[in-house]
Amino acid sequence: MTAMTDPARESFRLSMLIYDTRYRSFTIQAVALLGFMLFGAWLISNTITNLQTLGKPVQFGFLLEPAQYDINQRLLDYNNRDTHLRAAFIGLTNTLLVAFLGCIAATILGVFVGVLRLSKNWLVAKIMAVYVEVFRNVPVLLWIVLAMAVLIESLPSPKDFRGDNATASMSFFDSVAVTNRGVYIPEPLFSRSLGDVHLLGDSPLRMDLSLDLLAIVLVIIASIFAIKKVNARATAIQNSTGLRPTTWHVNLGIFFVPLIVLLIALGFHLGYPELKGFNFQGGTHLRNSLTALWLALSLYTAAFIAEIVRAGILAISHGQTEAAGALGLRPKRIMSLVVLPQALRVIIPPLISNYLNLTKNSSLAIAVGYMDITGTLGGITMNQTGRELESVLMLMLAYLIISLSISAVMNWYNSRVKLVER
Amino acid sequence: MSDTHSEAARAIAFVRTDMLPEQEPPATTIGFVGWLRKNLFSSVANSILTVIALLFIAYVMSGLLPWLFQSVWNAGSLNECREIMNATWGDTHGHACWGVVKERWLQLLYGFYPDHLYWRVNLAFVLTLVAMAPVLFSEQLPRKMLIVTALYPFVMPWLLWGGSIWGPIAAALGFVIGYYAYKILEPIAGSLVAIIAAVLLPVIWWFGLSGLITGALTDLMPIGIEAVQSRKFGGFMLAILLGIVAIGCSLPIGIVLALGRQSDLLLVKAICVGFIEFIRGVPLITLLFVASLLLNLFLPPGTNFDIILRVMIMMTLFAAAYMAEVIRGGLAALPKGQYEGADSLGLNYWQAQRLIIMPQALKISIPGIVSTFIGIFKDTTLVSIIGLFDVIGLSNAIRADTAWNGIYWELFAFIAFLFFIVCFSMSRYSMYLERKLQTGHN
Amino acid sequence: MKKSVFLGALTVAGLAAGAAAAGTLDDVKARGKLNCGVTTGLVGFAAPDENGRWDGFDVGVCRAVAAAVLGDPDAVEFVPTTGKTRFTALASGEIDVLARNTTWTFSRDVDLKFTFVGVNYYNGQGFMVPKELGVSSAKELDGATVCIQTGTTTELNLADFFRANNISYEPVPIETNAEGQQQYLAGACDTYTTDASGLAATRASFENPADHVVLPEIISKEPLGPLVRHGDDEWGDVVRWTLNALIAAEELGITSANIGELSAAAGDNPEVNRLLGTEGNLGEMLGLDADWAVKAVQAGGNYGELFEKNIGENSPVGLARGLNAQWTDGGLLYSPPFR
Repeated sequence: MTAMTDPARESFRLSMLIYDTRYRSFTIQAVALLGFMLFGAWLISNTITNLQTLGKPVQFGFLLEPAQYDINQRLLDYNNRDTHLRAAFIGLTNTLLVAFLGCIAATILGVFVGVLRLSKNWLVAKIMAVYVEVFRNVPVLLWIVLAMAVLIESLPSPKDFRGDNATASMSFFDSVAVTNRGVYIPEPLFSRSLGDVHLLGDSPLRMDLSLDLLAIVLVIIASIFAIKKVNARATAIQNSTGLRPTTWHVNLGIFFVPLIVLLIALGFHLGYPELKGFNFQGGTHLRNSLTALWLALSLYTAAFIAEIVRAGILAISHGQTEAAGALGLRPKRIMSLVVLPQALRVIIPPLISNYLNLTKNSSLAIAVGYMDITGTLGGITMNQTGRELESVLMLMLAYLIISLSISAVMNWYNSRVKLVER
Repeated sequence: MSDTHSEAARAIAFVRTDMLPEQEPPATTIGFVGWLRKNLFSSVANSILTVIALLFIAYVMSGLLPWLFQSVWNAGSLNECREIMNATWGDTHGHACWGVVKERWLQLLYGFYPDHLYWRVNLAFVLTLVAMAPVLFSEQLPRKMLIVTALYPFVMPWLLWGGSIWGPIAAALGFVIGYYAYKILEPIAGSLVAIIAAVLLPVIWWFGLSGLITGALTDLMPIGIEAVQSRKFGGFMLAILLGIVAIGCSLPIGIVLALGRQSDLLLVKAICVGFIEFIRGVPLITLLFVASLLLNLFLPPGTNFDIILRVMIMMTLFAAAYMAEVIRGGLAALPKGQYEGADSLGLNYWQAQRLIIMPQALKISIPGIVSTFIGIFKDTTLVSIIGLFDVIGLSNAIRADTAWNGIYWELFAFIAFLFFIVCFSMSRYSMYLERKLQTGHN
Repeated sequence: MKKSVFLGALTVAGLAAGAAAAGTLDDVKARGKLNCGVTTGLVGFAAPDENGRWDGFDVGVCRAVAAAVLGDPDAVEFVPTTGKTRFTALASGEIDVLARNTTWTFSRDVDLKFTFVGVNYYNGQGFMVPKELGVSSAKELDGATVCIQTGTTTELNLADFFRANNISYEPVPIETNAEGQQQYLAGACDTYTTDASGLAATRASFENPADHVVLPEIISKEPLGPLVRHGDDEWGDVVRWTLNALIAAEELGITSANIGELSAAAGDNPEVNRLLGTEGNLGEMLGLDADWAVKAVQAGGNYGELFEKNIGENSPVGLARGLNAQWTDGGLLYSPPFR
């Protein structure tokens, strides 16, 4: 009977912190926190002592001094009298640019290769397997350097376009010039431009927003909205009468007519690249460093994505396809309604972690002289100012923010598509 | 019924009474032709794909093969190569100059390691395989081989860095002291005191006593091998060494981090999650910048690790975060029944981890660990950016030699080939393991 | 309480380390090796050969210092550094001296707190263009694509030059000289800019060097020299006077061939005698042996010999002495007197 009665409430004793499992977790956590804080304090005090010895106190004032170097690849305006912070921001936009382009290209290529690896054509499947193995098993740094070398060595230089017996010529009706300095493509110009808005004044984060572009985007969004309305109405008619009115020509009209009217109103025309002096002038210049980095990162990451896609498709058991067939679905609808939604659940999480890898690997841009944030803030700025601690901290912070944002998107998506079990 | 049947049979002039001999299937469905039809030309679209693929292969090979095989092996400089090419084929393009690889391949493999000591590097890497074997092939090999695995962490550094034998022995002795401290004290003073003693005594030994004693022993009995500074390490050996050290050291840290992340203790969990997400959120190159520029700042004034050790530390931290995620995956893959079973047996947390959970979780994680290793191994090329002479760094240095200034493709082809061989075979092995483990579950 | 004790212990450790770091000369002697920072590879200035032995003009300075201090030109650990890591390596004490084509500038001296002990090569930034481009002056490069090595002073000079002349350009940043060479040869940039010595070395390695010219404009002053940490003047003196000894040896006609004879006994020239330690006690003042300069010169020859062997007109790099001739020959090399 004694076992049934509650033990007498003991008064708290110090030894219970160690021997009583109810309190032990507090002890462990307190010890861990203390240890962690001591360790942190140790690191910081070391750093302060060391920096004092070196005579370099931690200060971020250098960021507001003129950078004095030029950046060739930039999405926003910049010149060498701008500050180091502005240069770092330009670098950040370049990092995001190559990461964005790379993710898109790698996904398209990866899906393509992943599907072809499952092709019934033996030769094609083998070629894709060789591609995947070769690209996965050689360091990405080597691919970046090699891609740059291939572009430089195999494409004609602008001087080959010059003179009467030119060995190279522009493609696509003299509108695109592919050179070993980069690809020059026609650029959109507006003769009756609405101008730009300058955002954020004179701050290092300032940017110009083209009103023309804004107008075009707005019109496209409005058109898509209208198309949705038309489709909803068509569905309503179908539900009540059983007959769906044809809408595709209306939709086409809604999409293109306002857009074309707007473009004509803005005086849209293309500016073609032209060989003038040393270089091609005019047009949009896709620099080699960007292309090489983009190419290498996409090819490398696509090899991983291909494997993910293949595994995702193979993971959907054949019974699913057969059951969908038995329900009377056509192959196309089976793919879109049954296989893909399930495969995507398997594919998306590793896919996004590959996007993350691609973004982090873009820091190797330094090897081909693409001025991303590692090249500006972690490269020239760090070299010129000698502020290693501050630069590296800011560099890490920038990457951390990018990575955490991508992870946040991934977790949000994961929780949305997760199968609810039990 | 049978009558009418036989009458009808009689009315027909010819009735085959015996079976036709079995015939070969049509030539177009078997053998080489059949295989071709089935796999390459099964439809129009497939045939077009095949032709495109063939053209692609022909195009690549037409450039690659002459470059690979119509090449110069015996030349001491790029200019000599060019002279030979001009004399033999009339032009210098489209031919490789393997002279540089022939002259420098040992350097590309071993860096500046003294050439009469190459055997030590080779032995260390053979030993790596021997030490890994009992872990990876636990069924086939005797458990006694685990002794090699236990000794390996002390023998490998000694082989590579050389020096007195007493250093590694003293280091190993620390663990022995810890083990016996626990064994002896546990029955006397309880497990908590024993654990504290098992941690403190070795630390006192390593940082206090061992230096004096090894110093004295070295003076008394100078047994040792020629010391090699880590600055001499380089080339492909450096990549392998960094990979092994990073993975080897990160395994225990990764286990602790993974357990911490799974833990119910909020603070511990927060610290572990923070560390893992921080390391995984930044590119390795920024961590290498820390190794080359900042790590000395964080340590007590006057400490000066050499750069290779600093890179090893940062690579280990980097690998640990990824390792923690791999092991967490392994832990998550274990059925919940295993945890509950361990609890119902009355095992405490550490006993359950040691006896039930970890052996299974680690086994499931092996393919993940191998692919982490491949990733780390490939990432070691980044150390060239901070000025270490790994293969890529060495290839730049070779190009700075007047004899080979301007050579490009041959070195990169050689490096890519080295990496491909190692990574490809490892990834094949991990796939094999994965299959083996999968069948083990069903 | 506990923490303050902890921090106190750290401070003591820090002071002890600071005190130990003050005597680099003693450290080097105790270690028996000189840690010398060099480039990861630059033709003529520093590169490892197939046996891993370093060679080059900057390497020669390191070896001379090692010979002067330790008596053995091979008692050097060469630490390859990049443009980024070089200053940290020196500041943290990882290397004792940095001999890595480093330009002596105000901010490096004052802000980064290094002492440049002298100049071992007077350089300047120049431009190389293919002859067929028909350019004869850098001012005609309006709109040109310029290949430029990052992480150096060159990119700042370039920006300044084009801004001052009000012409535009497209910079193509590159990481290593090898890449710059490749891009330039393939025509991915119109001109390649770096130190004139680097240009000459690069040009010399081309298949057809005659197709390329180095433009006459030198757009910057680039005095390259070895440097040490601020605050250790004894060590700075050792490196400074070893460099000066090499220069003075050439001026005084002391070569590796005749030094054995000259140092055997005191001769007629008192300065030679003082330099070679057969007279006076200059070595003792530096805290070195009397024959420190003899060993320094024996390590690789005097300044002129080092120059000729590694980067001179008869070497593959093929640089003329130019500004780097002795002052008596119209150059800028002018060693303070040894007395």
